[in-house]
This record gives sequence, structure tokens and C-alpha cells, in this order.
Amino acid sequence: MIDTAALWSVQTLVPLPVLVPLFAAGLTLALHRYANVQRIVSVAALSITTAASAGLIWAADNGPVVVDVGGWAAPVGIALVADRLSALMVTVSGVVLLCVLLYSLGQGIAEGEDDPAGDGRVGGTIPVAIFHPTYLVLAAGVANAFLTGDLFNLYVGFEILLAASSVLLTLGGTAERVRAGSVYIVVTVMSSLLFLTAIALIYGATGTVNMAQLAERLPEIDPTVRVALQALLLLAFGIKAAIFPLAAWLPDSYPTAPAPVTAVFAGLLTKVGVYAILRTQTLLFPSSAAVDQVLMALALATMLIGILGAVAQNDVKRLLSFTLVSHIGYMIFGVALASEGGTAAAIFYVVHHISVQTALFLVVGLVEWRGGSTSLDRLGGLARLAPVLAILFFVPAMNLAGIPPFSGFLGKVGLITEGVRDGSGLAWALVVGSVATSLLTLYAVVKAWNKAFWQDAPSDIVPDRALPRGLVLPTGALIAFGLALTVVAGPLYGYAERAARTSMDGFTYVNAVYPGGAERGQGESVEVSEEGEGS
Amino acid sequence: MIVLENTPSLVLVLAVGVLCGAGVYLLLERPLTRVLLGIILLSNGANLMLLVAGGRAGASPIVGNAPPTVRMSDPLAQAMILTAIVITLALSAFILAMAYRSWQLHGHDEVADDVEDRRVARQAAVNEPAFVDTDAAETGETLDEEAAGLYDEVLERAERERVERERGDGDEPEPGEGPR
Repeated sequence: MIDTAALWSVQTLVPLPVLVPLFAAGLTLALHRYANVQRIVSVAALSITTAASAGLIWAADNGPVVVDVGGWAAPVGIALVADRLSALMVTVSGVVLLCVLLYSLGQGIAEGEDDPAGDGRVGGTIPVAIFHPTYLVLAAGVANAFLTGDLFNLYVGFEILLAASSVLLTLGGTAERVRAGSVYIVVTVMSSLLFLTAIALIYGATGTVNMAQLAERLPEIDPTVRVALQALLLLAFGIKAAIFPLAAWLPDSYPTAPAPVTAVFAGLLTKVGVYAILRTQTLLFPSSAAVDQVLMALALATMLIGILGAVAQNDVKRLLSFTLVSHIGYMIFGVALASEGGTAAAIFYVVHHISVQTALFLVVGLVEWRGGSTSLDRLGGLARLAPVLAILFFVPAMNLAGIPPFSGFLGKVGLITEGVRDGSGLAWALVVGSVATSLLTLYAVVKAWNKAFWQDAPSDIVPDRALPRGLVLPTGALIAFGLALTVVAGPLYGYAERAARTSMDGFTYVNAVYPGGAERGQGESVEVSEEGEGS
Repeated sequence: MIVLENTPSLVLVLAVGVLCGAGVYLLLERPLTRVLLGIILLSNGANLMLLVAGGRAGASPIVGNAPPTVRMSDPLAQAMILTAIVITLALSAFILAMAYRSWQLHGHDEVADDVEDRRVARQAAVNEPAFVDTDAAETGETLDEEAAGLYDEVLERAERERVERERGDGDEPEPGEGPR
């Protein structure tokens, strides 16, 4: 089926997004005295990662690329699987991670000039020595969660990124960050423990944690047990993805972190949760109308309550955190439709939202740098004082609100089309809800725009202070990436549709990882160990 | 499909229940150290559940060590538990460091209310005079004086919080003592 000699180089690409950042993390930790070397290593590592992931996008279009880690075939060993969905996610997250890294380097350099103490605490907030290793570990954790084909390894991926994100969130250890960090780490550890419990129960029920094998075995078990397992997994992932009743931690903890950290969290961490929901709902569990209806109701509540929270905020960072919660609802909407079209729309929306939300948080970092605050009462006149900043804010803000012709509009049109095609009462409620959420998002960002950019400048804003190029260029690059998504929206949507098809039918994935005793993964793990070949 | 002989031991199941129950109770406490104890108990409960899921005990899972007729115990569950224990250890250490930092800054390690909660509470306090029926109490003060008094209380609380916050912020760590 697969010509191994021809695919050798392709398969070596799969572990790179995990291994390269991890290796670089160790290297940067060892080189903590040499800030410049650290920077070069980090940028190089993430560039390699992004390039490798882009290669995977192309390779995975011919079928999932599978690597058996350690040479043990699927049911015994842990498989890394890059199918279309994983490859797309890893690539987008690679681009975002790289842009944010460049931004944080720019911030370090820019603020270092303001505060030339040179004591390793550049910018007064980020101790560079631990920033790079932690950031790279975060990148590895995200890639591991996207690429793994094993439920327990997904848990490990979650824990890697959780540990790194807690360190990044509490950088500097100020009172406000320790408070926010305490809430964050307790909530996320709680969700991880729920996930671990779910894994224990799934292992007890099916005797495996390999996703391909689970896809075969879960449909065979008692349906009531299966729904309980599904609900437990959804609960764990729902906390990570910040779905409505479980989202209260997010707007409270994200805004206190340094701007680039908030940006990368907002872009990636919740999306890892959304990806986990997508993967488990489509691959592992057969479609169940009851679960889908609950998900639809939750999606509606997430959208509306999130955006109403955003409208009430008076601080740009908190406002954006609430829009983040609200727009998670769109992705859950797509998943809950449980159709190929709905899943495709959800995948497209995730890709769009990762880029646009991160870009907006980076711009807010610039606004804070220029205006000295993120409170809308203390900002003003930035359109006149910093026209470039105004453009940088305006484009992703309109993209987020879903104004044509941006990718946000296309993603929402895709979701609404599928909702109408579904035609049930709840789906129609969601269609109305998504339009209302889109309009309220427009209202929220226009409110931010009016106050920060158009109202009279308060006296304490420095009249002329040029924006540092090191911050503007990465932000601009990420916004350009978001615009490029609009340009290539046709092929991208086609790719998302193919990705949805492979993850919905399950057969391609299962066959690639574990072809039931054909050429790979011969025999069950139990038999293998009894025969004297097991681990 | 493989049929696993999986009837769990009642003692282990009870232990899981007790650990998780006590863990949840501690998790609902205010101080971070108690929350941490809750997390540790909960994670031990989850680990024990993994052990139960791995089936009954048997011969050690080393090939050639046991006669072929004897059933071996499942090594995969134990491998997963080991991984989970290591992860919990690392996170516990981090939470402990955070509790210590909180104690350094505030003299206690209680987790504060979130910003939104505090804002809503403050708004409620500001609006309070409008809802209290001050006519009912005979205090000899005019309504305006009473309202002013209530307002001052609010201001005082805000002021106290501000001072506390500044004291917290002012206590910046030395470059060497931040979390590494």
C-alpha cells in the first residue's frame, strides 16, 4: 500500500515538530548566559518546525503519515499520526508561534533600551533566561497534542503545554500574576485529572488507549457506558477549550500575562481543546443525537454569553478574552452539526481564529506600548498619533467580526450554510445566534476602536513615540498571514473538507495506523506480550 | 474483541471513592496549600483507578519469569500511572512554589476572588444605599448623611484594597529570587 522507500523522508518529518523544540529547549536552557545564542536557537527551531509542518500538509494530502515511535507497531507502541487535520493545525500553530516569538524578541529589545539595567529581566517583566526554554516546551506540547495517535499521549501533550503555560503566565511572579496563575493552574489541573479519569475508564472498558483501536472498539461497547465516557471526555476538553459553563477562568487569567504570552495562549491553548473535541467526536465516538444536541445548546450559550461579557468590558485585553470565549462557540457549533460540512467549516474556522485572535492580542500589546494602558477610558487619539497601529488593529478586528471579504466572513458563512442545511430547530437557533454574535462582536470591536483610536487623546499619552519595528513587523506578518488565508480560502476550504471527510469516516485513519493484522501492527498487544515479544 | 477478566477488588474501588471525595472537599477550600493537597489526593484516586482498570494482579510481566499458564499483570496500566505520578509531582512542586510566593507577597496563600467578581461586588456596594430602606431605622441622621456614610465605607474599602495591592506590587522580587 505504501512505498516505504519513497515515504522515508516524509515520515521523518512527523516527529520534528515535537522533537526540535524540545531539543532546542534543552539547548537554550544550557545556554542561558548567552541571550543572543538563545534567540538564534529559538527562532531556528521554530522555523524548522514550521517548515516541517508545511511539508506535512502536502504529504498528508495523500493519506495519513504514521510513525511508530521507538519502532513498535501501533497497538503496542505509541503512534504519531499526521493526517490532514493534524498537519493543518501544526502548521498554523507553527506560524503563530514563530510570529509571537519574533514579537517577544522585539519587545525585549525595545524595552531593554528603555530600561538599560541589563540584569536579565528585559522589559521589567520577562526574565529572558527562562522565557525561551519554556516557550519552546510549550511549542513541543502543542505539536505533541496535535500529532499524537494515542489518548494517553494526548494527556501527556496537554500536561507539557499546561506546565509550560503556567510558568509563562506567572513570569516575574508579581501579585496579580500569581493570583491569576493560581486560578489557571488549579482549573487546568482539574481538567487534566478528569481527562486521566476518563482514560482510566476507557482503558477499563476497551483495554486500549490507541485512538485507531478505540475507533474500532468503542462502537462495540454498551451504549450507556460509551455516552458516559464521551461526556467525561467532553467535560475535560470543555474546560480546556473554555466552553460556556466552564469558561469563567479564561477572561480572568489571560489578560494579566505579558502581551506575547497572552497572544499565544489565546491563539493556541483553547484551540488544542477544540482540536481534542473534534478528534474524539469525529473519530472515536459514533454520532449520537443526544450529545450533539447538548453540544449545540452549549455552543449557543458560549457564543451569546461570551459576547455579552465582551460588550460589558472596558479593558481591551479583557474584551478580547471574552470574544475568544464567544468564538469558541462557533467551532463547537460546527462540531455539533456532526456532518462533513459542519466539521469542515469548524476546521476552517479554527484555522482562521488562531491567526486572527493572536494578531489582535499582539496589536493590543502595541496599543499598550503606545498608549501606556489597555483601559479604554485612558486611551484615545491613537488613529492620529499612530496611523500604522490603527490599520494593524482595524484589519484583524474586522476579520474577527466577520466583515466580507475576510476569512472570518467565509468561516461564518460556511457554518451558517451547514446550520441551515441541518434544518433542526436548534440548528436554526444557532444560525440566528451566530449572526447576532457576529454583530455584537462588531459592536464590541467598534466600541474599542472609537474609544482607543477616535476619542480625544488624554494628556498623558506621549505625543511622538515611534513604534518599534521589531514589534510591528511580526504583528504585520501575522495579519498578512490572516489575509493570505482569505486569498487561499478556496483551496483551504477544500483541504478542510477533505480533512473532515477523513476524520469522519474513520476508516482511512484506522487503516493507516492499525490495519488489523495486515503488514503493520501484527497481533494484539496482549498476545504479543504473551508470545515474548512485547514491551 | 478481547474479553478482559476485570472484576475489580472492592477495597481498591472504595479507596478510589474515598480519595476522590476527600480530594474534592479539599479542592473547595480557600488556601492554595489545601487545594494542592486536594489535587494530590484526587490524582492518587485517578491513578488507583488506572490500576483497577488494568485488571487483577498476576505474575510480574517479565517474559519467561512466570510459567506460561499463569496470567501476567498488565504492565501498560502501571506505565501510565508512573507517567501520571511524575507529571503530578512536577505540577505539585509548581503549585507549592506559587503558594510560597503568595505567602511572601501577602502573608497568606488564599486564592483571591477574580477581578470580575470583585467588580460586581463593588458595584453592588455602590448601589447598596438605593436598595436599603433607611427610613425604617430611627438614627437621628438625615438620609443624606446616612448615604454619605455608606458611600465613605465603600470608598474606604476600595482604598484599603488599593493600598494592599500597592503593597503587593511594591514588593518586587530581586532579580535572583523570581521563579526560575
